[in-house]
Amino acid sequence: MRNLSLLSLFLVCTLFGYGHSLYFHIGETERKCFIEEIPDETNVIVNYKVELYDPRSGGFMPSSPGIGMHVEVRDPDDKVLLSRVYSSEGKISFTSHTPGEHVICMYSNSSAWFSGSQLRVHLDIQVGEHAVNYGEVVQKEKLSELQLRVRQLLDQVEQITKEQNYQRYREERFRQTSESTNSRVLWWSVTQTAVLLAMGAWQMKHLKSFFEAKKLV
Amino acid sequence: MNTQISYNYLFILVLSLYTSYATELTFELPDSAKECFHQEIHKNTSVTLEFQVVTGGQYDVDVSLQDPRGQVIYKQIKMQFDSHTFTAEHTGVYVVCFSNEFSTFSHKLVYMDFQVGDEQPLPGLGEHVTVMTQMESSAQDIHKALTTILDYQTHHRLREAQGRKRAEDLNERVLWWSIMETVAVITIAVGQVFVLKNFFTERKPFNIK
Repeated sequence: MRNLSLLSLFLVCTLFGYGHSLYFHIGETERKCFIEEIPDETNVIVNYKVELYDPRSGGFMPSSPGIGMHVEVRDPDDKVLLSRVYSSEGKISFTSHTPGEHVICMYSNSSAWFSGSQLRVHLDIQVGEHAVNYGEVVQKEKLSELQLRVRQLLDQVEQITKEQNYQRYREERFRQTSESTNSRVLWWSVTQTAVLLAMGAWQMKHLKSFFEAKKLV
Repeated sequence: MNTQISYNYLFILVLSLYTSYATELTFELPDSAKECFHQEIHKNTSVTLEFQVVTGGQYDVDVSLQDPRGQVIYKQIKMQFDSHTFTAEHTGVYVVCFSNEFSTFSHKLVYMDFQVGDEQPLPGLGEHVTVMTQMESSAQDIHKALTTILDYQTHHRLREAQGRKRAEDLNERVLWWSIMETVAVITIAVGQVFVLKNFFTERKPFNIK
């Protein structure tokens, strides 16, 4: 009885597997970008799977070996962290080194004359402690359930701390921007007044000499 | 036997990680574009959709949610942010669309959180054979509290991004406006003098005649 319930549970679980993640459609030559704003030293895992539209059956082919995906990850300084062609299904992971907006772009490597056909992209992006596979951790480190729980809580707290540090950093940057804007506006208005006065004085002087030259005054 | 069962459970529970599924995506939405996301959802699953426009235009977007029968179950026009929770009535593919079709030139950045199933219990330990010990249940509580903190942090981060982007935008606009103003002041000043000069030099020969 217990085994049966286990089996059914197992079946339900596998049914919900990875193939059922969120998906969207793109044209074959289209480029799709996602932005992840993350603190530094954070793990990101991107799982994806591409299916090519099959005009004969009107559906999507579950596997399309000919199609590869070009994945490009850029850090906040616009430097390329990762740029490679992967197969139609894959798992990419990277760790951020600078905090900020990371841009993850995907496009297929298909040749242009093929365009018009559609691609279905299943995508799953996990950040921080969500990216940790605890199944592996348990097996590797032989943790008890309680130890695992505490481990997970620790990871979560660590992620929160990172996030908080990042927000502090962002706040600092924001404040610096505001303060510099403030002082620049001040100097700007002073300069503007000076320009206005100088222009007025020049106008008067110029006109005065002009009138005198023309013997109007 | 007992260890065998618990091992089995562990294996299943690791798999059951996927039963509740959350996606957080931030994507760009060009002008007059529409972006759709599909998600297969099983009947009676509670689903939460949350979105916020981070930058662009009036910070608004059209959102619609369709159930597998093609019926629109949630629709918002020109919203800046919102959260919607519903229970799936049918098994099938639900479609969320973000549309910027009403906008002709503003490029937008949209954050979306699509949570299928209840909030994740501690991953790997969702279901339990025996009654939880106090230690375990407090661990569970802490986990919940921490998840809430992360949630608030996300919102705070988005708010901050919104404020920052707006400030940067303002900064740039003020810069351009002041450059234009300087140019205007100088041209007007010089122009005035020449117009006046012309005015008098034209008159003089006329007066003499």
